Amino acid sequence: MSQSRKVYGLGAEFESAASLMSAAEKIRDAGFSHWDVHTPFPIHGMDKAMGLGKSNLSAVVFVGGLLGFLTGISLVTIPSFFIYPMIVHGKPYTWATLPAFFPIIFELTVLFSAFTAVGTMFAMNQLPRLHHPVFNWDRFTRFTDDGFLMVIEARDSKFSESRTKALLEEIGAKNVTLIHD
Amino acid sequence: MADSSVKLETPHELVRPALVDHGRSIQWVTENVSNIVESSTPKWWLLSFCITSPIALMGLICIVYQISNGVGVWGENHPNGWAWDITNFVFWIGIGHAGTLISAVLFLTRQKWRTSINRAAEAMTLFAVVCAGIFPAIHVGRVWYAWFLAPIPNTNAIWPNFRSPLLWDVFAVSTYFSVSVLFWFVGLIPDLATLRDRAKSRVAQIIYGVLALGWRGGNRQWRHYEMAYLLLAGLSTPLVLSVHSIVSFDFATSIMPGWHTTIFPPYFVAGAIFGGFAMVLTIMLPAARIFPQINDMITRNHVDKMAKIILLTGSIVGYAYLMELFVAWYGANKFEGFTFFTARANIDGKGWYQWAYWIMMFCNVISPQIFWFKKMRTNYVVVFVVCQFVNVGMWFERFTIIVTSLAQDFLPSSWGHYSPSTTEILTFVGTFGIFLSLFLLFMRFLPMIAISEVKGVTPEADPHNHHLKH
Repeated sequence: MSQSRKVYGLGAEFESAASLMSAAEKIRDAGFSHWDVHTPFPIHGMDKAMGLGKSNLSAVVFVGGLLGFLTGISLVTIPSFFIYPMIVHGKPYTWATLPAFFPIIFELTVLFSAFTAVGTMFAMNQLPRLHHPVFNWDRFTRFTDDGFLMVIEARDSKFSESRTKALLEEIGAKNVTLIHD
Repeated sequence: MADSSVKLETPHELVRPALVDHGRSIQWVTENVSNIVESSTPKWWLLSFCITSPIALMGLICIVYQISNGVGVWGENHPNGWAWDITNFVFWIGIGHAGTLISAVLFLTRQKWRTSINRAAEAMTLFAVVCAGIFPAIHVGRVWYAWFLAPIPNTNAIWPNFRSPLLWDVFAVSTYFSVSVLFWFVGLIPDLATLRDRAKSRVAQIIYGVLALGWRGGNRQWRHYEMAYLLLAGLSTPLVLSVHSIVSFDFATSIMPGWHTTIFPPYFVAGAIFGGFAMVLTIMLPAARIFPQINDMITRNHVDKMAKIILLTGSIVGYAYLMELFVAWYGANKFEGFTFFTARANIDGKGWYQWAYWIMMFCNVISPQIFWFKKMRTNYVVVFVVCQFVNVGMWFERFTIIVTSLAQDFLPSSWGHYSPSTTEILTFVGTFGIFLSLFLLFMRFLPMIAISEVKGVTPEADPHNHHLKH
């Protein structure tokens, strides 16, 4: 890779989940904002160690579920109550017979919520994405095996090639590497 | 005041057994699960596939034959308008429930032992639902009109009847299938990334690369990922309970004696979990034999726990059977009493299908009672044999419910025997071929154990464990 290319950031490797977690706390306290840790599995407590709050995905899913619920109500009531008001199965078309319509309303609520959850998760995580600069780091793919990695992006205002590298090495990082775009 | 210098140690008997045996490292997990996919095709796999795929093909030929000739090629006739077709549908859809139960309900209840079996169980769910969907679809007769079930205003502006349990079924089963696919795929993404990063051939790199969607495992991704997974689990839990409840409504909302009971939804759900766990073990025990390395992840402890669930749900099912008999007697409804005591249990010698009823009773209620003994729960041969009894028993349960009620209902003049046609039998056998072929393909091309989740329950994954270095 030619050195003239733009620097994306610095990659660092840590020994274990525990050492990565304490390193993350230090990077958080140093005031970095554009950085991430890449791990084979979600590490419990890492959100706090990185200073991240609760994901607000659930709020979006609530809206999706509500939409499904309203779709379900409209789908079953409009044809059965207004377009063809008929007594079927001995069940009249009043609101008192809503239990007979409930299964479909429920299923649509779940269906819409589930698709919203997955779609929103993809959007928030910027997936699918066929390429990303972090893959230019030859050791990056270790994160799907047993690597505990940290990447600090160059666009962070605190980033400096030499000082950030020194900081990472000080907090126990190995193989600190420059990643190019 | 307690002395703070006293070291608190968990008493020996309260220490939970390790979820991964032999203290394997996370690197070992990656290596040994990916290896199943990456190594060259084993001989036993080719041999099994050579057996299952012609059976699947035979099933497909029967389906084509049925579609081109009409439902007359089946043994169904008045008064048995439903028989093997709906029996098979309920049988397969019931099996499908274990996967979601393991992935969603055990996830919400923080049962960490689910991690090594959830992937295969979810795959099994999808394939079972595929097999289940075949039967009601072709049972409608003119399959090309099946789209009438969808709520689309057609040229005559006719809408489906939203008050019909059969339409509820369409919504429930299709939602269940879609949500199960989503749940399964979301769980697969990190493991597909593992296969992507290990792939040697260009083709594998491209396929797994595209399927992994560019997963980077950043904590900023895991945060949303875990929330999405939690929400899917929370949504799937009521969904899985609703699906089999709705399947039971097909019967419970009718007026047939033996069907018209309020106990059906919980009884069907318990039966579905019961039959589903038996099928999970039916598949996983041979798999653990073929791939000895997964024995460290699917341990005796796991099998023991699954056997306990089979015992619990089997006993709930047994309770439901007895309660049905009690209510038939206590309710003093002549027809209800006739269905249970004559048509099914045959205490007066006038029933036709007592063999089905007593096979069901033996297989579902008596055989799992052996699981009260830990020695039996951890003996793979015993577990496998009992699971086969359960598989058979659960099929006979649905057969008993459907056929005994229809064959001998209110008027003796309208009674009629039922026997399946060859096409019907071969179609059912064919679905086993479809199910097993799909499962074999899954084992060969996708990680059958959730790699990232198993890693997450190893001691190494504990961020407070500073002693372990790898």
